[in-house]
Amino acid sequence: MNWSPLNWRKIRREAGLEAALLLVGIPLLLWTLIPIYHMVLFAISPKDAAFSGQLWPTDPTLRNFATVIGQRHHFLNHFWLQMFNSLVISVGTAAITLGVATAAAFAISRLRFKGGRVVMNLALLTYFIPAAFLAVPMYKTMGMYGLLNNDWSLVLAMATISSPYAIWILRQASDKLPQELDEAAMIDGASPFQLFRMIYLPLMVPSMIAVGTYALLLAWNEYLYAFLLLSKDTAITLPVALGNFLSADDSPWELLMTAGFLYALPPALIYYAFRRFMSSGLTAGAVKG
Amino acid sequence: MTATAVDTETRREPSRRGLFSLSARQAWGLIFVAPYVAIFAGFVVFPVGYSFWLARDPQLYIQLAADPIFARTVVNTLVFLIVAINLKMAIALFLSGFFTNRRWWVKVLAVLFVLPWAVPSIPTILSVRFMLNPEWGVVNQLIFRLTAEDGPNWLNDPTLALCLAMAVHIWKSLPFWTLILLAGRLAIPHELYEAASVDGAGGWHRFRYITWPSMSTLYATCTLLSMIFTVGDFNSVYLLTGGGPADLTHVLATLGIRYLRLDQVGLAMATIVCALPLILPLVWVLMKRLSK
Repeated sequence: MNWSPLNWRKIRREAGLEAALLLVGIPLLLWTLIPIYHMVLFAISPKDAAFSGQLWPTDPTLRNFATVIGQRHHFLNHFWLQMFNSLVISVGTAAITLGVATAAAFAISRLRFKGGRVVMNLALLTYFIPAAFLAVPMYKTMGMYGLLNNDWSLVLAMATISSPYAIWILRQASDKLPQELDEAAMIDGASPFQLFRMIYLPLMVPSMIAVGTYALLLAWNEYLYAFLLLSKDTAITLPVALGNFLSADDSPWELLMTAGFLYALPPALIYYAFRRFMSSGLTAGAVKG
Repeated sequence: MTATAVDTETRREPSRRGLFSLSARQAWGLIFVAPYVAIFAGFVVFPVGYSFWLARDPQLYIQLAADPIFARTVVNTLVFLIVAINLKMAIALFLSGFFTNRRWWVKVLAVLFVLPWAVPSIPTILSVRFMLNPEWGVVNQLIFRLTAEDGPNWLNDPTLALCLAMAVHIWKSLPFWTLILLAGRLAIPHELYEAASVDGAGGWHRFRYITWPSMSTLYATCTLLSMIFTVGDFNSVYLLTGGGPADLTHVLATLGIRYLRLDQVGLAMATIVCALPLILPLVWVLMKRLSK
C-alpha cells in the first residue's frame, strides 16, 4: 500500500461518500420495511403480545399460521377457497390481457392497418381514467350484464384496466422488431395469421412475460373492484375477506395480519422471479414515452 | 414450436402468396384488434356513456355542492395532488441517483425497496393503521415508554390523518417512480459524465447541466401521470382512515365510492364528473406527449 497524501485523500473521500450513502440508505431501509416488519411481528405474536407494543415477541409462535391454514376462525372459514378465487381471477386476467393485447399490438404495430392509431389512442385514454372512477360505472354496468358476484365480472374488469398499458408496452416492443422479418415471411407466402403465430409470438415472449406478470399482480392485488363486484363469502377474493375483518371492532387483528402475510407472499415471490423481465419490459416502455 | 410448423402446411392459402394486399392487411388488422375493441366498447364506452347519462341532472350537482363533505374533499384532493405527488417525485428523483451507485449493499437495498410496490395494499396499509392505533398501537406505546406521555390520536385528527394517508401513498408508490426515473438516468450516455469530470464539474453541476436536462421531460411526464393515477388512489385513504374522522379525510375517489355504497349512484357519478376539470387538462397534455 502506498500511503502518499494523494491516496490518503482519495480514501477519505471514499469514506465520506460511503457515510453519505449510509445516511440515505439506513433511513430508507427502515422506512421501507417497518410496515412489513410490523405485519410479520403481529403474525408471529400470541394474541396478547401483539397489542403490548413489543418490538419482538418474548415467545414467538406459529399458532396464528396454524389457525389460518386450518381455517379455525369464523372470519377465515373459506380462506383456501378465497385464495383459490384470487388465483383463478389473476390467471384469468393475465390470460385475457395477454390474448387481447398481443393481438391488438400486432395489428397496430405490424399490420399497420388504417384505424390502428385511433385504437391506440383510445387505449391510452382508457389508461388515463383513474381506476376508482371507472369503478362506479363498471359496477352499474356489471349489474346490468347480470355478472355481479360472478368471477367473470372481476376478470373482465381487471382485463379492461390492464389491457391499455399492456397494448402500449407490447406495441413499443413490437415496433423494435425488424420489418424485414415480415417481408421475408410474406414473400414465403405466410398469411398474416401465420406471421403472428410463427414470427411475432416467439419474438415477443420476453415482453409478454412482463405484461402477463403485470396483469397477474394487478388482479391479485386489487381490492376496490373485488369488493364492489363480489360479495358472497364463497365468491370473494382474499383481499375482500381481509377487508371484512374491519366490519367488527374486536376482530382478531393478529389473524388478519397472518392471513395478509400469506396473501402478500405469492405476489412478492412472483415479482422477484420475473424481476428481470419486469424492469426491462415495463420501465423501458415508460421511459420511451 | 413443432406444432406450428405442421399448421403452416395445412393452412397455406395460395391466394396470399407474395406481399398481401392492402385490403387483406386491413381485414386482418380489424380481426386482430376486434377483441380489444369489444372489451373497450362493453366495459369502457358503454359504462362511461351510461353514467354520464345518469349524471345529467343538474339537481345532483346542487345537492353535491350542498354536502359539506364535498368542499372538504375537493380541498383534500388538491392537497394530495400538489403536496404528496411533488414530494414523492422529488424524493424519487433523489433516490434514483442514490441507486445508480453499484455497491453491493445498495443493490440489496434496491431489491428490498421494491417490496411496498410489489405486495398488495391491504395487509401493509392495515399494518400501518394498527401501528397508529392510539391505545395499543406500537407507535404510541413507544412514545409512552419514552416520554411517559400519551401520544397523539393519530387517525382521529383530520389534518394528521390526511398527512399520514399521503405518507402511505408515498410509501406505496415511491418504488415504482424511482425505478422509472432510475431507468431514465441509466439511459444517459456515460461519456457525458466522464467529459464533465475531466472538466472538473462537481456533483451539483453534473446534475444541473447533464442529468436534469436529459430527465426533465421524463420527470414532467411521470409527475402528470402520477397525478392522474393519484386522483384515483382509493386504497391509501380508504384503508388507513376510511374517510374519517367524520368524513373529513375523503378524496374524490373515496367520496364517489362512499356515495355508491350509500346507494346514491347519481351523486357518485356527479362526484366523478366534478373531477373531470381536474383530470382532463392533465390527460390532454399526456396524450400529446405519449401518443406518437
